[in-house]
Amino acid sequence: MTEPIITFEKVNKWYGNNFHVLRDIDLSVAKGERIVVCGPSGSGKSTLIRCINRLEEHQQGTLKVDGVELTDDVKSIERVRKEVGMVFQQFNLFPHLTVLENLTLAPMWVSKLPKKDAEERAMQQLTRVKIAEQAGKYPLQLSGGQQQRVAIARALCLTPKIMLFDEPTSALDPEMIKEVLDVMTELAGQGITMICVTHEMGFAKAVADRVIFMDQGQIVEENTPHEFFDHPKSDRTKDFLSKILGH
Amino acid sequence: MNAASFTPIAPREAPVRTEGAGPWLKRNLFGNVPSTVATLILIGLAVWWLPQLASWGLVKAVFAPSSEECQAARGIGACWGVVTEKYRLIMFGRYPFEEQWRPLFATLAMVTVLVASCVRVFWKPWLGLLWAAMLALFFGLMFGGFAGMAYVPTDRWGGLPLTVLLATLSIVLAFPLAVVVALGRRSNMPAIKTICVLYVELIRGVPLISVLFMASFMFPLFMPPGTSIDVLLRVLVGITLFSGAYMAEIVRGGLQAIPKGQQEAADTLGLSYWQAQRKVILPQALAMVVPGIMNNFIAIFKDTSLVTIVSLYELTGSMGLALDSDTDWRPFKIEGYFFIAAIYFLFCFSMSRYSLWIEKRLSASKNR
Repeated sequence: MTEPIITFEKVNKWYGNNFHVLRDIDLSVAKGERIVVCGPSGSGKSTLIRCINRLEEHQQGTLKVDGVELTDDVKSIERVRKEVGMVFQQFNLFPHLTVLENLTLAPMWVSKLPKKDAEERAMQQLTRVKIAEQAGKYPLQLSGGQQQRVAIARALCLTPKIMLFDEPTSALDPEMIKEVLDVMTELAGQGITMICVTHEMGFAKAVADRVIFMDQGQIVEENTPHEFFDHPKSDRTKDFLSKILGH
Repeated sequence: MNAASFTPIAPREAPVRTEGAGPWLKRNLFGNVPSTVATLILIGLAVWWLPQLASWGLVKAVFAPSSEECQAARGIGACWGVVTEKYRLIMFGRYPFEEQWRPLFATLAMVTVLVASCVRVFWKPWLGLLWAAMLALFFGLMFGGFAGMAYVPTDRWGGLPLTVLLATLSIVLAFPLAVVVALGRRSNMPAIKTICVLYVELIRGVPLISVLFMASFMFPLFMPPGTSIDVLLRVLVGITLFSGAYMAEIVRGGLQAIPKGQQEAADTLGLSYWQAQRKVILPQALAMVVPGIMNNFIAIFKDTSLVTIVSLYELTGSMGLALDSDTDWRPFKIEGYFFIAAIYFLFCFSMSRYSLWIEKRLSASKNR
């Protein structure tokens, strides 16, 4: 078996002194694996993936991403962030820049690409998410679904090995969820490592290699989508699934 | 059962017109009884008062520089002759009379570059060089001491050139200071944060006059004897530090308003702290606080009149100086104040219009 690309070993995290948000997390993610993380709100799933690119820091345990251990060392954080792209629930596009400028900003300033190459790369990614004709617009002129696709394209412009999705469809109108999931499904077929916090169970069934269920800062259960949905092991999982699939 | 098909309703015109002059007048001036009464009272006041003002300011006013005619017209017409007589003293203060072409050209150069800096086509890397050249020219002309121009020390500088110089330099220096302090107040590093908080709170806790006094009289006491720093420079530093503290809080307000996700997105993309501030956070934060910042710029421009108390005679000071020293003209100070008020207004109103233009441009680019 090849070296996993992400490993959590007994990772713990607290917010303040008392809120124990991640508890003894052990998890290893293989290269190219597609993982869906689900669980009730406040269960620590967002915190879990935000630790992977150090938007949050853990206080105990070891977390290695692509062979680099995440510590306070700025160099290690920089190296990890080069390999990890992230898509947020609220898109977080830069509203004062055009779509194209949103996509070329990091390639030009972080990867030091010449403007022409950065724009070429940006247009490739915009074509990939089927939105190339909007390149000259400002983010707030686009619909939510379009904005989220731009956000995905922006992350892809840095050619990351790992993509993190933090509830990418939760802020979208129902009519727009599909266009974003389609882009994510297409991406999943390309061998990139994906970790996705979502409650889109159809997406999980179709795309994920593994589903992780979290509650109260712990990983309660992890399994293939088939086993997870059809034969959940713990009562907590059964209860959760009955609530989200019950209607 | 047949499926209902969706038939869109074609748009119709509004039954009541809401655009155009007629509806505007009705809505804004005669909308209801109180509004109509207020409108009529204001029109009445204008009809009663404006002709009197025109009569005093124009029809019965004396424009000739003759103090006898002015005396004769006292109380009936304005004495603009005081401006005709004293305008060079008011504009240039105690600067040697026959050399006053030098501050004139220096001021023109500075104002030209200021105006150019406001226009987008000039926002090029060489604008910095233009500023350096302009400042060299300004100080060269003002100081002199070469090419046959007599040396004029800073304590003889005065009037509009001094006002424009103090306002421009303190604005240009205070703004970047404010941005750095605002960022510092939000820093994770306790030492930097504390220094910035102390600076802002200390400066905001004292009036500008006391800062100017300290800069001008106290500061030399702390210096080793023999060293002397030009009073103009000391006052400039005082105004800069003062307005920097106020603007830092305005900028900080803008920074607070930026959603946390913007910083997170920049972090995720691997931008460094300074790259993120420069490319993502500050452009949005500063766009939001344009009105507040411009408010401060205008305040700085007018606050320069306080330097009179440390014997620098800028526009307001030199007006007083010009009239106080002459018993014939001293009674006509009001007209003198009107004159400099017009000059202040010209500058401040331009700044205010420019700020509006910037706001429009920023919101147009986003087209929300």
